[in-house]
Amino acid sequence: MITESKAHAGRRGKIGLFVPCYVDQFYPSAAIATLNLLEKLGYDVGFPSGQTCCGQPLANSGYEHLTAPVNNHFISLFAGYDYIVGPSGSCVLHIKEHLHGMQEAEAARIRSRVFELVEFLTDVAKVNSLRAHFPYRVGLHQSCHGQRGLGLSSMSERTLPAFSKPAQLLSLVAGLELVPLDRIDECCGFGGTFCVTEEAVSAKMGKDRVADHLKNGAEYITGADLSCLMHMEGILKRQKSQVKVLHIAEILNAETIHATV
Amino acid sequence: MGNTAYKDHAALSAGFNRDEGRVDWHDQTLWFVRQKRDRLSQGIPDWEDLREAASAIKSHTLSNIDTYLETFEKNALANGIHIHWAPDAVSHNQTVLEILQRHNISQLVKSKSMLTEECHLNDFLEQRGLEVTDTDLGERIVQLAKEPPSHIVLPCIHKKKEEIGELFHVHLGTPAGLADPQQLTEAARQDLRKRFLTRRAALTGVNFAIAETGEFVVCTNEGNADMGAHLADVHIASMGFEKVIPGRKELGIFLRLLARSATGQPITTYSSHFARPRDGQELHLILVDNGRSRQLGRDDFRASLKCIRCGACMNTCPVYRRSGGHSYHTAVAGPIGSILAPNLDMAQFKDLPFASTLCGSCSNVCPVKINIHEQLYKWRQVLVRHGHTDTKKTAAMKAMAYTLSRPALLNFAGKSLRFALRYAPLAINNPLNPWYRQRDMPAAPAETFAAWYHKNRKGANR
Repeated sequence: MITESKAHAGRRGKIGLFVPCYVDQFYPSAAIATLNLLEKLGYDVGFPSGQTCCGQPLANSGYEHLTAPVNNHFISLFAGYDYIVGPSGSCVLHIKEHLHGMQEAEAARIRSRVFELVEFLTDVAKVNSLRAHFPYRVGLHQSCHGQRGLGLSSMSERTLPAFSKPAQLLSLVAGLELVPLDRIDECCGFGGTFCVTEEAVSAKMGKDRVADHLKNGAEYITGADLSCLMHMEGILKRQKSQVKVLHIAEILNAETIHATV
Repeated sequence: MGNTAYKDHAALSAGFNRDEGRVDWHDQTLWFVRQKRDRLSQGIPDWEDLREAASAIKSHTLSNIDTYLETFEKNALANGIHIHWAPDAVSHNQTVLEILQRHNISQLVKSKSMLTEECHLNDFLEQRGLEVTDTDLGERIVQLAKEPPSHIVLPCIHKKKEEIGELFHVHLGTPAGLADPQQLTEAARQDLRKRFLTRRAALTGVNFAIAETGEFVVCTNEGNADMGAHLADVHIASMGFEKVIPGRKELGIFLRLLARSATGQPITTYSSHFARPRDGQELHLILVDNGRSRQLGRDDFRASLKCIRCGACMNTCPVYRRSGGHSYHTAVAGPIGSILAPNLDMAQFKDLPFASTLCGSCSNVCPVKINIHEQLYKWRQVLVRHGHTDTKKTAAMKAMAYTLSRPALLNFAGKSLRFALRYAPLAINNPLNPWYRQRDMPAAPAETFAAWYHKNRKGANR
């Protein structure tokens, strides 16, 4: 299935960069940082044009049966890559768990080769040093789909050894101080369409999550899922807070000071 | 049931959130219980193995439920227990009524039984002139308040001690303004004692029914089930048929998991085995289906019947903690209730599987490893397929599916949204947009990543 030109073009393999729709529209700088990081590590990164959405908003609303055209579109775009990497745990988890299509063999291959950026960096690229510099106090938000779904970190409810792939990467960043949180892995309340259908609870959860970071002195809130960060950013801005959200790719790629578009 | 103004979880929890201080208090109270549970479970090195074993035992038992129930019935009958089978709630309630009428009993004490909540037994009996006294302290409190329990283990967790003091002042004659937990508990104790001593019938729930011995086990922290059952001439126990387990050997695993998961205690204070009636007493056991065999037949949802009603999924659920148990408008609230209730009535409980962010913490704390969050997702698909959704939502989803497979159209939509945010923010930032009520919209960058890529990495595509 892997074509020669795609599979072995880069020194370390060919990556299809998966940029979720809302990242493309609202957070292009996170996607640029992701691209730069992967290229710096020696990967050949392609960005298939015409990307739309993983279909998660449909499926989580109970309309998984309408996702066939979206799935087939995704499969046609990402067929043949060695890896598919995206800066969003939730979208990646959706692809991993629910991507099916007319080319089922290719769908299965994509499901087994799609990675959220952090897990790709720690597990595939085996990153153990970075030239990044980010002299701020940072709160790490463990997004549930990345943490509990993809296993990016241990979970406070389980009695298993503690680890955190995003924290492991952030520890490689010079000057960065990770702030402790009172509740290390509580959901922020974004939840996809939940954020509007259950507006009251969603916003309250977001306020509580943000308050934990503020109380513990974070200057930035980061994480591997921009959807959660977008939700928390909305609350921070409403509160006129100076604290900013930043996708982890932008911190890991911050050689001097983080780039903005 | 029968309520004319249907309010869904979103509306009910929005009501609960009008008092933010109370939401904070509710959240912190339940988080405290969740932390106790964490400490206790982490004190057991083989905790995850215990969960796995419990889950496997329940899978095995559910797959052979017919055999285990028949074995249980045979042994229980041999022990002198009267066995009744109730296909539904009405039949259960009718059975209780007939037993009481046969003995000319019009008053009974009742310990905790979520099944009787599910069957609305209290209403049924009270409408027929009988008096029910709930003897679990939390249940007694909500009974006096004429409310249903808001939590299966902590029925009055939504009430502050001052509110309980007010209730007791009205109903039990305690001094106005008394809010000391110890004094209030003592007042409830004195009142309940009179009732225990004078009522001739006691109803209890059942936590586990043991097939090999024909006995059943009732777990309480207050000893109220024992107090009722030992003093009464007639003991009626109600159980959902999924409570059966093979033997005493398996019971140990569940008892270790139950109290730690529920309240962070090493063991429930009283785990009482009822095997046979004492001399002169009648012991009745009602085995209730009420939709359970239908759920057993649903491949995707069968595992929900493994539930041992510990409530851990409620304590950990960030949505439950901030919406209160009553917002689920069903006897069993929280994540587990949201996968059980649609089986009883899809139309009435169509909102519940959506009252979740699918964060997955519920599945992680579940002592019998029910894949709760995956079942929530699956219920959403089933509800939509059965038409329990509104037509506007379906139209919107169809439009979304159409757009998402057409890049140019999505690009146009995205561009329009960013354009509006930049040049006509009021079109989006207004109270009609539920996002905007408490959150600002993200800033709209001048260009998308795709546009940036096209400009900066031309020709590098693919």
